[in-house]
Amino acid sequence: MDCFSWSNGLLEINETLVIQQRGVRLYDGDDKAKLDVGVALLSTHRLIWRDVKNHECCIAMPLSQIIFFEEQAAGIGKSAKIVIHLHATPANKEPGPYQHSKYSFIKLSFKEHGQIEFHRRLTEEMTQKRWENTPASQPIPTGTGSQAGRTRAVGIVGIERKIEEKRKETDKNISEAFEDLSKLMVKAKEMVELSRSIANKIKDKQGDISEDETIRFKSYLLSMGIADPVTRETHGSGTHYHLQLAKQLGDMLQAPLEERGGMMALTEVYCLVNRARGMELLSPEDLVNACKMFESLQLPLRLRVFDSGVMVVQLQSHSEEEMIASALDSVSDKGSLTAEEFAKLLGLSVLLSKERLLLAEKVGHLCRDDSVEGLRFYPNLF
Amino acid sequence: MHRRGVGAGAIAKKKLAEARYKERGNVLAEDQIVQMSKQLETFKSNLEEFASKHKQEIRKSSQFRVQFQEMCATIGVDPLASGKGFWSEMLGVGDFYYELGVQIIEVCLALKHRNGGLITLDELHQRVLKGRGKYAQDVSQDDLMRAIKKLKVMGSGFGMIPVGGSYLVQSVPAELNMDHTVVLQLAEKKGFVTVSEIKESLKWEKERACHVLDHLLKEGLAWLDSQAAEEAQYWLPALFSELSSRDVTPEEANQMTP
Repeated sequence: MDCFSWSNGLLEINETLVIQQRGVRLYDGDDKAKLDVGVALLSTHRLIWRDVKNHECCIAMPLSQIIFFEEQAAGIGKSAKIVIHLHATPANKEPGPYQHSKYSFIKLSFKEHGQIEFHRRLTEEMTQKRWENTPASQPIPTGTGSQAGRTRAVGIVGIERKIEEKRKETDKNISEAFEDLSKLMVKAKEMVELSRSIANKIKDKQGDISEDETIRFKSYLLSMGIADPVTRETHGSGTHYHLQLAKQLGDMLQAPLEERGGMMALTEVYCLVNRARGMELLSPEDLVNACKMFESLQLPLRLRVFDSGVMVVQLQSHSEEEMIASALDSVSDKGSLTAEEFAKLLGLSVLLSKERLLLAEKVGHLCRDDSVEGLRFYPNLF
Repeated sequence: MHRRGVGAGAIAKKKLAEARYKERGNVLAEDQIVQMSKQLETFKSNLEEFASKHKQEIRKSSQFRVQFQEMCATIGVDPLASGKGFWSEMLGVGDFYYELGVQIIEVCLALKHRNGGLITLDELHQRVLKGRGKYAQDVSQDDLMRAIKKLKVMGSGFGMIPVGGSYLVQSVPAELNMDHTVVLQLAEKKGFVTVSEIKESLKWEKERACHVLDHLLKEGLAWLDSQAAEEAQYWLPALFSELSSRDVTPEEANQMTP
């Protein structure tokens, strides 16, 4: 930690901010630094850290001091970290929080995550070394070898070797995973080609495929994640799985829909259902495909798409006429309403309130006053 | 008794056609479906074996996730299409991205009154991380983008607009065409834009610039500062840096319109 100097945290000319991350605690080697949790900022030239509560407490270190860095995975009760190995601190360094340190490395502990992006950007900056092209206006002392530096460097070489070995080991694990993945993908590709051949034959009507076989084929496509426009045309995107889902949704959504005036945006349904499930979540497409089956299953719900593209699930019992009549009533009652005001009145989301007003406008019961102050609806007296 | 289409004659005719077909070396679709069923079983057990060895990589390594997604895309497979797919069931890829989808929707909804439904990818990333809590897995911006792509299918207007090297994430079905996008990109540097700047940089006429800015105001994506020194400034709350803004309640937001 003796590599850091006090700083005002302001960027120099030619210095750009690359990424910042909150919730970072600094470590002097393996020991927690005598600083609180703060914000770590990476610029093209420096690594800066600022205390979150006391903005005056701000320190910085030139990126040129960094020899090598690596990720340290999170553990139980331990946040993920980036370990940064450093050159010897030059003698003419500006004063900072630490005068000496027995360690030649520091750690950044990511208590609120963000280590993946930070590591990625740090890698980019250390590769591009942009500070060399555009030196900041203040000369930043770089880590060049001095007498003391050379002895330190020997120790560092030993560390570097160990790190290299560990990295080769990790690389090996990852490359084994990639190798296995590649083999898997080759097999998956065969399945894709086979399914294309089948789909083409269905399209050209070569050989008679029974209804059952088509349904089975579609479930195979679903398992593999293969899209098939051919069977979609004739049999829709749903499968037996979606049929069952539709029935479950029919049960599950009754009460929530009643509470919300008979209509919910599909994204709202998605969150509600998945939060309730906890695991084995539905994909957005699963939800859409299941909702498309409401009508054919004669369930009392409908999937509806508004002109704006907004998709909702609505209770069949809440008829169109009722919604339009109630919209007209509310607007007449108040003289005029915006979508936000209507939403507050009904206890609905602004998005859906707007759709109801637009519906009433479409059939001619309401007319609009569209200004920069907002969109306001009035009863249509024409 | 006479069942339609099914008689000894019809069956015999079909069998003859199939035989001729096979003779020419063509495989019947029915046979291929049987073949596919068998291959599927084999593939399923290969995937299970892969999962037992490497399932952790998916959760731990964002680099692995990117590679995995790209490989799937190359061969024509969408591992996120359904929670019932093998990829999702056995590798757990699905739950990772679908849950992220829920978190993204919730963050966007919570901030909509402030930024009109437009947020930088950086801010979205920070807020999602915060919401996930200390013990959850870290997510990269690539992860967020893939989750957002999947959300589009639900018609809520989710999309990404490239600005200044990163993206703005849109979460409302507001119509934003090329003109609006270009103005957003112009505003990205300072967080606001003026009519003069648009005329100078984009070489547009005043009417076109005002038309676009009016639309952004109406959609709640821009706020007007008519008391700015030289000329009215159109600010984009989506671009306000998190450090320099304080949270505004919906009531306050309503009072701020000109």
